[in-house]
Amino acid sequence: MTFVYGDNIDTDRIIAGKYTKTLDMNSLAEHVLEDLDPNFKTQVKQGDFLVGGENFGCGSSREQAPIALKLAGISVVIASSFARIFFRNSINIGLPVLEIKNHDIQSGDKIEVDLTYGEVRNLTKNKSYFSSSMPEVMIDILNEGGLANYLKKYGDYQL
Amino acid sequence: MQTITEKILSTHAGKKVYAGELSVVRVDGIMASDTTAPYAIKAFEAMGGVKLWDSEKCTFVIDHASPAPNERIANLHKFMRDFAVEQNIRLFDVGEGICHQLIVERDLVRPGQIFIGADSHTCTYGSLNAFATGVGSSDLAAVMLTGKIWLKVPETIKVIYTGILPKNIVAKDLILALEKILGIDGATYQTLEFHGEIVEKLSLASRMTMANMAIEMGAKAGIFTPIGLELPYAWTPTFADEGAKYIRIIEIDVTNLQSQIAFPNSPDNVHDVQKALGTPIQYAFIGTCTNGRLDDLHEVADILKNKNVATGVRLLIAPASKQVFIDAMNDGTAQILMQAGATFLPSGCGPCVGSHLGVPGDGETVISSGNRNFKGRMGNPNAQVYLSSPSIVAKSALKGVISNE
Ligand code: SF4
Repeated sequence: MTFVYGDNIDTDRIIAGKYTKTLDMNSLAEHVLEDLDPNFKTQVKQGDFLVGGENFGCGSSREQAPIALKLAGISVVIASSFARIFFRNSINIGLPVLEIKNHDIQSGDKIEVDLTYGEVRNLTKNKSYFSSSMPEVMIDILNEGGLANYLKKYGDYQL
Repeated sequence: MQTITEKILSTHAGKKVYAGELSVVRVDGIMASDTTAPYAIKAFEAMGGVKLWDSEKCTFVIDHASPAPNERIANLHKFMRDFAVEQNIRLFDVGEGICHQLIVERDLVRPGQIFIGADSHTCTYGSLNAFATGVGSSDLAAVMLTGKIWLKVPETIKVIYTGILPKNIVAKDLILALEKILGIDGATYQTLEFHGEIVEKLSLASRMTMANMAIEMGAKAGIFTPIGLELPYAWTPTFADEGAKYIRIIEIDVTNLQSQIAFPNSPDNVHDVQKALGTPIQYAFIGTCTNGRLDDLHEVADILKNKNVATGVRLLIAPASKQVFIDAMNDGTAQILMQAGATFLPSGCGPCVGSHLGVPGDGETVISSGNRNFKGRMGNPNAQVYLSSPSIVAKSALKGVISNE
């Protein structure tokens, strides 16, 4: 399933500050997006997509935001643009994020994602979109499943 | 020809770098709070980290939910303390103050440095002619391990404040006026560089208020020139070169600027305060890393002296640090405020992030001196939060409605 939201979805709405102080990661997934979309939690399934408009993830530096989305089952976040810290955090925790400018994905559209080419296919609208390119270091981090694995393997940045 | 950002990043990359390039830079200082440090410690361990690259350069602060409101958070605090002792990391415990205030107050960041904090408002230290930016816990853990971070050198927007500063117009108004122009994402991935005689005359506290809100426009950093900056130690200023490349230049003539206010539910929903006058409020809050400093408390005390907060309004004040609190006690400010009906909270983030201490009720309206008013920010999505300068908050607390008198 694909969950589609609007512009400026901030980190307080992804996971409210009051829930962030925990190391029990799964408890984050319990509260993810709860004010924005009370149905999200009951409907989301492993492998689902989340689609946003402009400036997705603005606000706080809380890494809990992408962690909560990932643990809830979201496999890829697609947005027209991302807030800087959220974008980095997502890659760092191994949640793929694709910036697709001016996409017209709507609620109910069936989509497929090919991460290797950064391609999103909208089967409902019968068209494809391609993501903006990412720095190579980010691709490497993502390929290792996140920054922790990357640094565990290499010990330092490779660039 | 380089911007301030390009110059500072160049000195830390070991070669000249320009906007758009990727660089790995040396980091001079790092910080994490009780929201981000526990994850950073976990990530550090997952990276195979055993010993910090340089514990002297690391600071932990317990400020976001401090003192602990429940056992879960109490145990997170304990986890941070234990790690700090083991690694010999400086830790500011309960009641010492807000991370950003402490880092500046204790001279833990200096001009020309690169400072990385696991908190989005780390951009506050750009007030000191330094490059400072916020990251998440994993990026911070990577610095704990390697002493370095990779950054894409940001483009810079030059912001020039011109004209004559009207009486009663303060730093918060200047930055909200910019926020209105740029919007919540108008500076994403970029640095805001503040220029012009108006800002060259501002105190460090006022510069902090402005640099603090750079992230509210999506910026990576908000940097002041060294002009007019006075510090009690010797330091090397970093100027932008004549002919440095800017992606955009914004001029703001402040001569006719009115007091500004951000309406719910976004810091860029900015209007002249006139538009909000008369809106009933139940809760006024003074504090945060934006406007919880001594100057701000003075501004509030000038308005509240020998007066009383309106019936039905609670005024909560969380001084930005214990030192601010002590100074406010020593010069009589705290007494004036308490006599007017204010309640003091321990120094720290207080109700800003909605973790504890002063969560608003359903349907209530808050006016706050803080920096963010996203839905649910103060802990209740059914409350409305307005953001303005400390004096507008104080005036509103007196009247029980948003006021500029
Ligand atoms: S005062 Fe508010 S904005 Fe500042 S660091 Fe604390 S929670 Fe964040």
